[in-house]
Amino acid sequence: MTLPNMNRRSLLTGGAAAMIAPGIWTTPLPAAAQTGSPPTIVDITRARTEPIPIAIPDMAGTGGDGARLGQQIARVITNNLRSSGLFRPVDRAAFIQTPEAAAATPRFADWRAVNAAALVTGRVDGSGDRLRVEFRLWDILPEQQALGTAYNATSSNWRQIAHIISDDIYKRMLGESGYFNTRIAYIAETGPRDRRVRRLAIMDQDGENNRFLTDGQYQALTPRFHPDATRIAFMSYARNEPRVYLFNLESGRQEVLGNFGGMTLSPRFSPDGRSVVLSAIRGGDANIYLVDLASRRERQLTSAAGLDVSPCFSPDGSQIVFNSDRGGDQQLYVMDAGGGGARRLSFGNGRYATPVWSPRGDLIAFTRIARGQFAIGVMRPDGSGERILSEGWGMEGPTFAPNGRVLMFYRESAARDARGSGYSARLSSIDIAGFNERQIVTSTDATDPSWSPLIS
Amino acid sequence: MTATKTLLAAFAAAGLLAACSSDPEPAASTAGAGAGSNTVRPGSQEDLVANVGDRVFFDTDENRVRADQRPVLVRQAAWLAQYPQNQIMVEGHADERGTREYNLALGQRRSNSARDILVASGVAGSRIQTISYGKDRPDALGSNEESWARNRRAVTVIR
Repeated sequence: MTLPNMNRRSLLTGGAAAMIAPGIWTTPLPAAAQTGSPPTIVDITRARTEPIPIAIPDMAGTGGDGARLGQQIARVITNNLRSSGLFRPVDRAAFIQTPEAAAATPRFADWRAVNAAALVTGRVDGSGDRLRVEFRLWDILPEQQALGTAYNATSSNWRQIAHIISDDIYKRMLGESGYFNTRIAYIAETGPRDRRVRRLAIMDQDGENNRFLTDGQYQALTPRFHPDATRIAFMSYARNEPRVYLFNLESGRQEVLGNFGGMTLSPRFSPDGRSVVLSAIRGGDANIYLVDLASRRERQLTSAAGLDVSPCFSPDGSQIVFNSDRGGDQQLYVMDAGGGGARRLSFGNGRYATPVWSPRGDLIAFTRIARGQFAIGVMRPDGSGERILSEGWGMEGPTFAPNGRVLMFYRESAARDARGSGYSARLSSIDIAGFNERQIVTSTDATDPSWSPLIS
Repeated sequence: MTATKTLLAAFAAAGLLAACSSDPEPAASTAGAGAGSNTVRPGSQEDLVANVGDRVFFDTDENRVRADQRPVLVRQAAWLAQYPQNQIMVEGHADERGTREYNLALGQRRSNSARDILVASGVAGSRIQTISYGKDRPDALGSNEESWARNRRAVTVIR
């Protein structure tokens, strides 16, 4: 099973203009110094590498808005690449050649002198509400163009173009798909904890373009993206009946997934997008069900005594990992996607929860609770090779970037007193190698992140 | 701008709270009993809280009603028999030391356990609804054992 929405991006290598996203057209630029296809520059299969020094001058601008947008696009690309921890943008103050001159013909010696391994140049023509962005990626040592693409779009899409270019650079330099043209669905939390308002919200991966999707009248929890990124499954307390709902991002409409006669929770879409796996409580036990989206027919997948929650498909759709207290305390189990054959995965010290399968299929991320501390970790799908990436007073709910390289989760800080002051909940991202943890800036407290697939 | 204003308002509110709490803090239950003994309407939520007890507490990661908590539910059943018009919601809750989804399921189990005892004590099942808020609606806001013990609860609320 490959990642969704990747196929269109391969059109970048084709000759003709191609639409790569609603309203964004691309044409490959002829290489200024055509020398065939240079190899991928850096190998990041190792756990950790030195970040690549890359120079990203402001893009040269023409037309009414060209200069301003050229600067902003370069800043978004810079911020994206820096946030990955795999690139080190070179300080602009050190640049020798001007952005305009570099956009015409890079003087490679000038960029070698500031220790850049790669250079990003571009031109932005912003006349009226139209925008044309030409961008080139240069490999400094061999002095050749590694990429060249032109994008045409409406001006309002400038930010998305910056993310697409960031993904182009990431892929060309690192040999794997990026994750910058993506969104995060999450729960925006406001107010004191005993009267918390929890709204479904969505933003770009870098925290920009934030939108609230529900008004907070009913509590919303645990959003999860559909593989085509146009829908979200989440839990809503509408009518005081906590149930799994579907939110359509195109229409803005929401609907209850089905009537289970009891609470339904922890939804996730199957990789083919045709069904939702969730947990439903009937009688005393929480069991896992699969709901077909077209027919709304349900199928019960587990029936052991205990609480089975937080199911998640493997990316090939053949297995489901979940957590259960059937053996006494909360542990991870994996079973066939049709139900049955469940076997325990986690045997470390503590309780294990919220398993999510990497889109690459090679890892399962989880929350571990041990000795009063929460931690985010990863293990192989057979349960071996457990590694803790981050640990603290409170954290949970990991979600993978579409390339499987970065996790986002939420981190909580403890209340200092009986009034709850000092409590906070914020989103963090971390490389799966366990470095480069950083907080995602949100205007409110934030929990339950869900990383979208690449937007196309 | 709006965000800044909201923040300022929040800080102002926090300051106000801080000022209030320097007074001897009137515990909610004490205030209810003191002021309420002659104003509490029989059969109301206040009556339940003051004269019967509206909640039972649970051990960590446990959904069984503790033996020492059972009498509260038996008293609730007797009280409900006096007020047959009352429909109730049993809300199940968990402390903050678990993951959100698991705690939602655990809270539901706790509310089901409390309901089962109410039913066994004579309350018609049709009068009882259950809901879980997991760890998401704490009663005590501290991050310590005392607060967690208060938050592992099932609360009977008149609808």
